[in-house]
Amino acid sequence: MDTIKLTIDQQELEVPAGTTIYHAAKKLGIDIPVLCYMELEDWNIENKPGGCRICVVEVEGRHNLAPSCSTECKDGMVVKTNTPRVMNARRTVMEFILSDHPKDCLTCPKSGSCDLQDMAVRLGVREIPNEDIAEISTYRLDTSPAIIRDIDKCIMCRRCETMCNDVQTVGALSAINRGFESVVTPAFEMNLEASPCTYCGQCVAVCPTAALTEKDYTAEVIRALSDPEKTVIVQTAPAVRAALGEEFGMEAGSLVTGKMVSALRKLGFDKVFDTDFAADLTIIEEGAEILDRLKRSANGDENVRLPILTSCCPGWVNFFEYHFPNLKDIPSSARSPQQMFGSVAKTYFAEKMNVKRENMVVVSVMPCLAKKYESQRDEFKVDNNPDVDYSISTRELAHLMKQANMNLNKLPDEDFDKPLGESTGAGVIFGTTGGVIEAATRTAYELYTGKSLNEKVTFEQLRGWEGIRKAEVDFDGFTLKIGIAHGLGNARKLLEEIEEGKSTYHAIEIMACPGGCIGGGGQPLHHGNASILKKRSEAIYREDAGKKIRKSHENPYIKELYEEYLGEPLGEKAHQLLHTKYFDRSTKRQFKI
Amino acid sequence: MTSVKVKLKQNDIDKIKEICAAHNYEPGELINVLHQTQEYFGYLPAEIQEVISWELNVSAAKVYGVVTFYSYFTMTPKGRYPVSVCTGTACYVRGAENVLEEIKKQLDLQVGETSDDGKYSLSCLRCVGACGLAPVVLVGDKTYGRVAPDDVKGIIDEYKDKD
Ligand code: SF4
Ligand code: SF4
Ligand code: SF4
Ligand code: FES
Ligand code: FES
Repeated sequence: MDTIKLTIDQQELEVPAGTTIYHAAKKLGIDIPVLCYMELEDWNIENKPGGCRICVVEVEGRHNLAPSCSTECKDGMVVKTNTPRVMNARRTVMEFILSDHPKDCLTCPKSGSCDLQDMAVRLGVREIPNEDIAEISTYRLDTSPAIIRDIDKCIMCRRCETMCNDVQTVGALSAINRGFESVVTPAFEMNLEASPCTYCGQCVAVCPTAALTEKDYTAEVIRALSDPEKTVIVQTAPAVRAALGEEFGMEAGSLVTGKMVSALRKLGFDKVFDTDFAADLTIIEEGAEILDRLKRSANGDENVRLPILTSCCPGWVNFFEYHFPNLKDIPSSARSPQQMFGSVAKTYFAEKMNVKRENMVVVSVMPCLAKKYESQRDEFKVDNNPDVDYSISTRELAHLMKQANMNLNKLPDEDFDKPLGESTGAGVIFGTTGGVIEAATRTAYELYTGKSLNEKVTFEQLRGWEGIRKAEVDFDGFTLKIGIAHGLGNARKLLEEIEEGKSTYHAIEIMACPGGCIGGGGQPLHHGNASILKKRSEAIYREDAGKKIRKSHENPYIKELYEEYLGEPLGEKAHQLLHTKYFDRSTKRQFKI
Repeated sequence: MTSVKVKLKQNDIDKIKEICAAHNYEPGELINVLHQTQEYFGYLPAEIQEVISWELNVSAAKVYGVVTFYSYFTMTPKGRYPVSVCTGTACYVRGAENVLEEIKKQLDLQVGETSDDGKYSLSCLRCVGACGLAPVVLVGDKTYGRVAPDDVKGIIDEYKDKD
């Protein structure tokens, strides 16, 4: 490969051709500030509009300053990253960006984790000279069940567009207008709710400001907790325990399961349960469905559609309901773990506790924003009472704890309550890409072959980080072909194969977010550092490895639930409480043609 | 951008499809397709943009993004008497801005808008090549030169009784 020699701040170095000045400087440990630029290395995701010009540097022999994030190194280049001219220019650029930005930092939902605010601090902005000539735009607030758009705070970095259009291929967002008026919105400035948005939250996860934030339900949760009439129970998704620590300054990849449980108990939840229990339940139902379809197809039943697709990710469900409605009978009909938990809690458990449905409040803590929307779907309500009342994100839980004077670091480890808090390692790995299908494989293998996996429960071929993975598992002579996709753009490729009749898989796992739930839109912000996500994934697998029981069908409380209440997997009661159906939502388009 | 709701007829849709086909359904041809479509329909309401989005396989958001970026595109139909003010350099220097303000007041319209009865619409143009007559105002095909704010009422009165 061609290499290039250059000098940055008096230090010489050699880099491969095509390297940008920004990346070359990084190699020397020089951290040039960037604002619009963002990269998620492991997935080749890059947002490089070269628009904000915060990253400018001086290049000898060039009359104007160069944006380092989008300028390639040339042989013999002499770069200076911190001359007075550069520092002045940066501050001027920043002052210009701030001139038409609202100034309500103190009460802004992003305050404290805002890249724009951090940059103003870093560059030492003390006044905003252009304020009088700039117009602060006054777009309306757009509130959906999951995401709030306050685009007066949009700084046109266009990171959200990269995520929504390039990575997720949803196409809900685009830059519109020019000058001070330019912002990013859905088509015709319609509400996000009317757009093709899946609520995956990937735009929220990368937005540097409060232009895109989650709909916050912490106030509602506090109100429920303080209502003596209500029995308030909580469930926590697998990916939360692998990320919550980051909000309290812990290293990425710290597992805080026990501390999280004691925090929730101290917050006043009557029972602290685990979505992992419901994940085990999902595996029983979904596993049974996979085997049923395989068997029927082997017997020549023409009505069976393969591959079967997982259905535990509501962002993904929204995606196929909108973009691939003709495939809506292929995914498993199993509800997501969040919703399985809700319906079991408000029936089986409420009866056990002798609590009336309307007096039970189910809160879920999720790495995900799509779950907020999911919990409000009509299919998951009984007499207008939702199975899950409030779905809050990992970030919201951290806010709640901070408001309640809790420091995660200082809390003791405690155990989940029984019965809905008992889970297996299979339930835990739902939180990372490949985990759901590995969990399903552990159970399906034993049911199909009648043999025990003993300790050999890990399937390395299903793990990994590539966006699309293919793997085969030997089921005692029968080869199960498995596909895995994370990120909706990757999912789209597998779906197109199915549409074209080219798909050879038996089962496919799909997760809307890159990395799976550990990279969900409700997780602590990664600020462009993708290595954080890998560490979370490793933590998830660590938790699995440490579990005594690692196969869903061996969870004693799941067995009890079927014996006492549900009957058979895929049976009538199971169907009513644990399964759902999908809708063609392409009709949600405003303008039918 | 202000917009109107329309119901497209089948032959309108066919026309749009024809334009898209003539550009090989190339997403990269979006601007040209929009251009030609506006030339034909006079404006680009959301419904038309939706069809183009389908045909070229470009998200509706992107299409709308392009339409709002270029001032040439409009989402409202032109009035029967489209009023345009040249804001090219020569006209600007000779006070086009004041003329524009007066027209806005007289017609009760903002730039880019069409009156509810569909009679007048208001737009700005770049240099129309009549700098000697600056500032220039056009109503339909008719050109008015050396317009002062005081002349505006008289010009509009010419169209008062027409429909
Ligand atoms: S988005 Fe950031 S800079 Fe803007 S008001 Fe909120 S905290 Fe402040
Ligand atoms: S939530 Fe996902 S689908 Fe919706 S606008 Fe954001 S990135 Fe696009
Ligand atoms: S909404 Fe946020 S991510 Fe999108 S362009 Fe604006 S500031 Fe950037
Ligand atoms: S960070 Fe380089 S132009 Fe914005
Ligand atoms: S500037 Fe108005 S006609 Fe040339």
